[in-house]
Amino acid sequence: MKPAPFAYVAPAGLAEALTLVREYGSEGKVLAGGQSLVPLLAMRLARPAVLIDLNRVRRLDYIRAGAEIRIGAMTRQRTAELSPVVRRRLPLLAEALSYVGHPQIRNRGTIGGTLAHADPSAELPAVLAALDGRVVLRSHRGTRTLGPDEFFLSYLTTALEPDELLVEVRLPVHNRMGSAFVEIARRHGDYALVGVAALLEMTGSRVAQARLVFTGVGAVPVRIPELEQALAGRALDDAALAEAGRIASARLDPEGDIHASAAYRREVAGVLAERALRLAAERARRQHAGRRPGAGTRGARARGASQDPPAPGDGGDGGMQS
Amino acid sequence: MSATEMARASRRTRKAAPVTRRAVTLRVNGVEHTETVDVRKTLVDFLREDLGLTGTHVGCEHGVCGACTILLDGQAVRSCLLFAVQADGAEIATVESLGTPDRLHPLQAAFRDNHGLQCGFCTPGILMSMVRFLGERPHPSDDEIREVLGGHLCRCTGYQGIVEAVRDAAGRLADG
Repeated sequence: MKPAPFAYVAPAGLAEALTLVREYGSEGKVLAGGQSLVPLLAMRLARPAVLIDLNRVRRLDYIRAGAEIRIGAMTRQRTAELSPVVRRRLPLLAEALSYVGHPQIRNRGTIGGTLAHADPSAELPAVLAALDGRVVLRSHRGTRTLGPDEFFLSYLTTALEPDELLVEVRLPVHNRMGSAFVEIARRHGDYALVGVAALLEMTGSRVAQARLVFTGVGAVPVRIPELEQALAGRALDDAALAEAGRIASARLDPEGDIHASAAYRREVAGVLAERALRLAAERARRQHAGRRPGAGTRGARARGASQDPPAPGDGGDGGMQS
Repeated sequence: MSATEMARASRRTRKAAPVTRRAVTLRVNGVEHTETVDVRKTLVDFLREDLGLTGTHVGCEHGVCGACTILLDGQAVRSCLLFAVQADGAEIATVESLGTPDRLHPLQAAFRDNHGLQCGFCTPGILMSMVRFLGERPHPSDDEIREVLGGHLCRCTGYQGIVEAVRDAAGRLADG
């Protein structure tokens, strides 16, 4: 349970970091928050010759607001979760972050790190896909800006080349749409068995546009075009919600593992699709009614927590039984 | 210039090259230390083995159990998921910073009075998470306490006594 030997380097700036990944990228690993990589090192599932630590590169820690929100790759997850800009204008991200590990993990874990790690059960890849955001990749060769379909290739595999760094994520603001992130895990803070990110634009009581992205049910975040088309133009009544759940269960093809069988994941995905849509619709209605947006607090209320920030999480459920 | 400041200055000017051992300077519980460490040594092993601060416990060594939680520049983090070299220039607080057997910190006293611990293995990490948490949320709800406690595993007491201890401590600290 101790990492195998490696050499360590901590560049102080981005240019130096890019030089180091060009030099050592193919035999090395980039260390961001370390909340996934250090366990892999400790279990010796990863044995890089060189560890390039980005934690001194202060330039990659920022949240900039515009028509889209630009978040530096080394921004801590907890910082983004508590950011007023994120809570108001990217409520889906704020809610999804509340499911990432625990506050103690999010104090170190970074926005860029979890995307670059690309765990198939992670929350943020689903958020990037739901919002059709972009990741910015830099190297000495230049800059590439990729969407989720181009970036996520397979389990723990992205389009990042060995000499590239993920430096920024860009997410379009969506506070005029209803959104919800829901997830089932064995304990709160564990990786999702299934998670669903939902975005809903309503015209009156009818769905103008729906987008659902599932995590934990495939190698990359999964969308189901048939499901989204089936909802377009419909009122979200019980029949429509039940149909959405049925389509999700029928169309998804998850793998089973020690945590949950494939059949259970399909079943849970259908139920969560319904729940996410119901919650997103309720929030879209409230926005329509002209209430002040502030999704984090809405999320907390909807899930039974009692206060405003810092917690949209339902920390009471998991891991508390001894 | 203090050693910490010098370490910061030299870090700014040093041309980075990968190394396997390196000097680190950091403050732990208000005391400055400079040691040369293997870069693969985790912060928790450094605290225990190099500084003799064995109050911080090592459980799972992969960030799940929370026993090794410390404060890094005021934030509760897993010291098994950090390498000691990463703490160069940082301010660390461990459970040794709280109280002494004769003069327990109010949080420690509340844990004792509410059966918030039994074997005590998980306790140092929980105390460090909670001391920070109560600093920013002096009047937390039980749900909020449970969300923070979700980052810790206890296998003896059940969690109810811990929740009650934290609630009690919040009252004691408010009366302060």
